[in-house]
Amino acid sequence: MTTVDFSAWSCPVPLRDTPAVVMGHGGGGAMSAELVEQLFLPAFGAAGAAELGDSAVVEAGGARLAFSTDSYVVKPMFFPGGSIGDLAVNGTVNDLAMSGATPLFLSTAFILQEGTDLAVVGRIAQAMGLAAAAAGVRLVTGDTKVVDSASGDGVFVNTAGIGLLAPDVEIGPRRARPGDVVLVSGDIGAHGIAVLSCREGLTFGTSVLSDTAPLAGLVAAMLRTGGDVRALRDPTRGGVAASLNEIARASKVGVSLVERDLPVPVAVRDACSLLGLDPLQVANEGKLVAVVAAESADEVLAAMRSHPLGAGATVIGECVAEHPGTVVARTALGGNRVISLPIGEQLPRIC
Amino acid sequence: MSIAERDGTLMADVDFGGVRKDVCLQYVPDAAVGEYVVVHVGFAIQRLDEDSAKQTLANFEQLGILEEEFGAK
Amino acid sequence: MKYLDEFSDPVLARRLLDQIHAATTKPWAMMEVCGGQTHSIIRHGIDQLLPEGIELIHGPGCPVCVTPLETIDKALAIAAQPGVIFCSFGDMLRVPGSGRDLFTVKSAGADVRVVYSPLDALELARQHPDREVVFFGIGFETTAPANAMTVHQARRLGIRNFSLLVSHVLVPPAIAAIMESPSCRVQAFLAAGHVCSVMGTAQYPALAAKYRVPIVVTGFEPLDILEGIRQTVVQLEAGRHEVTNAYPRVVPAEGNVPARAMLEDVFEVADRTWRGIGTIPASGWRLSARYREFDAEERFAVGEIRTDESPLCRAGEVLQGHIKPHECAAFGKECTPRNPLGATMVSAEGACAAYYAYRRLDLVEVGT
Repeated sequence: MTTVDFSAWSCPVPLRDTPAVVMGHGGGGAMSAELVEQLFLPAFGAAGAAELGDSAVVEAGGARLAFSTDSYVVKPMFFPGGSIGDLAVNGTVNDLAMSGATPLFLSTAFILQEGTDLAVVGRIAQAMGLAAAAAGVRLVTGDTKVVDSASGDGVFVNTAGIGLLAPDVEIGPRRARPGDVVLVSGDIGAHGIAVLSCREGLTFGTSVLSDTAPLAGLVAAMLRTGGDVRALRDPTRGGVAASLNEIARASKVGVSLVERDLPVPVAVRDACSLLGLDPLQVANEGKLVAVVAAESADEVLAAMRSHPLGAGATVIGECVAEHPGTVVARTALGGNRVISLPIGEQLPRIC
Repeated sequence: MSIAERDGTLMADVDFGGVRKDVCLQYVPDAAVGEYVVVHVGFAIQRLDEDSAKQTLANFEQLGILEEEFGAK
Repeated sequence: MKYLDEFSDPVLARRLLDQIHAATTKPWAMMEVCGGQTHSIIRHGIDQLLPEGIELIHGPGCPVCVTPLETIDKALAIAAQPGVIFCSFGDMLRVPGSGRDLFTVKSAGADVRVVYSPLDALELARQHPDREVVFFGIGFETTAPANAMTVHQARRLGIRNFSLLVSHVLVPPAIAAIMESPSCRVQAFLAAGHVCSVMGTAQYPALAAKYRVPIVVTGFEPLDILEGIRQTVVQLEAGRHEVTNAYPRVVPAEGNVPARAMLEDVFEVADRTWRGIGTIPASGWRLSARYREFDAEERFAVGEIRTDESPLCRAGEVLQGHIKPHECAAFGKECTPRNPLGATMVSAEGACAAYYAYRRLDLVEVGT
């Protein structure tokens, strides 16, 4: 077994002080990114290669393929608007769609806790079948393992997917430039709030439903305009803040948002206010952020708005040459604030 | 929105603009359905005086109005 | 939620700012006491919009930040004990104790849970009669009524497997301590609005008179803060030092009478150590003798606690308003929200966290 040598790491890193996995490593924010960049990639060495976008683009036999994988460990497994089954299919479909690919085939692996009600597993499987049909993909291979009840509870699902990329499609987090327009496909914050509304200790009734949905059709509509779509991300863990920070860092541009233009529904805003969360850092499962060349913005936006999943699409900001790598929002009062990459797990706070 | 007694304590089902939560009303016992309260960690700690709120906003509107030739929106 | 949007209106904000600019002829330094106010100021960029001579000094009104190191270490010790369910508000989880925090204790296998309200913790005690449930009762006078009621409930319902680790702090003694400090530059106070909703305004005239400082009860939304600043500037310019109320819609002069009665019953005044500042006499609450059986410090033997504060951390100076967060050499370097040296960088209401989250663009070179 190799031990990780932390002394070579140049940045001050929490892993140096906490040599064990903590929940924050799975949160999708800075700690997760660090785990990948400082532990996994160096270990994979020459065999590893990561563009660090939502999916990998590879070439084989003359075809360009997008390839992605994700694991779903959400608790509770059933929440207003959907289930872990919907997320498992839509999440991987969306990761593939974010490279501009047409998603085709998914694998699915289950890790089931001994003692889990088979009816629950059945519901999840059914949801996956329906989601796959709606997304136009097929579930072609899979695996099932059972673990004893001491480790974890319920059902964990992994899906991996492949999609086909047209030869002229080049979409990725490194392609943003100053002057590009930032769009979002609709209201933000719904999924995270819907899930939080069920968690033990935080039960509160809310009318917010998860927005889980497959976005390949919306992306196809956007690309059909022929407009210059430069980057796409689905803002899941870590929310819009995480997606925009990743694009800003990868492209070395600044991102400037107008706070007033962010489409946050009232119920989400109030729930966030109650819990001390920033809607920009709350997960979405049926939305995308797009960075589009300025001259293409109007037609891409029009195409989004005429698609059912993009009806609420709107401009939220632009890429700028200033403050490269950092996302800044102009507040309604005229001040500026930095929009950070979320650190670890989102913790509801006292005030 | 409803007010009920639970375990001998006045509890209310409060609507935070779409988010509904249980809140203890024991410290604001005369709060009625339809009124607004300040809630902190699950407890209502004070009633919102709507007349006072409106008066404060009206005061802000009046500020500087005499110095302007044309009132702003 | 009602009356939040109206009190954020940018047009009215501009009017209030114009009034403040027009009224200011000299430089003034005022302190906003409450961490929630600090957060709102930095988040909305209010300090960037004020006249250059007006300085906002950020006060120690962040209960997470001032919880003494020793108490955090006691919390860690109790949480690590088998059979304990340790409940806390979210932002306490990452506050550094002497080398660890509740988050790391949780990763090591302790049952540490985030709750929204102390009543949630009491409910857990009811659901798990075989476990000891401990709630971390920190906060100013705003949170104390919730903890008081919860303990009162526990007694009434005969729930014995519940206890409170208390670390309540009081605002008026803090104001006095700040004014007594030889290097004090504070000329006025924006008093904490929600503390006053509970306690009323009776404790402040004596302070205003003794230290000759205006004290204006101020809320949290942008217009509330601007109005609080406006009233303060008007007083300072006129050489007055009175107590006025810029948050009348939720602050009646007498505060919340039933809450104060409950507080009288459940708590008694005690000396309290404020992390980074030192012991301020009669500045905190502990459980009264009648309720001492619910005190977690008495129920759990935690042994010798030897505290170990980072030598680089200057949180105490930040809390007293002697320095701004970015004036600390460790800010943004050794000390970041991911690697906090002190509580002010972790807590959502901490000045260091607010500056790091919203301002580091202007203050620190942005590296990878």
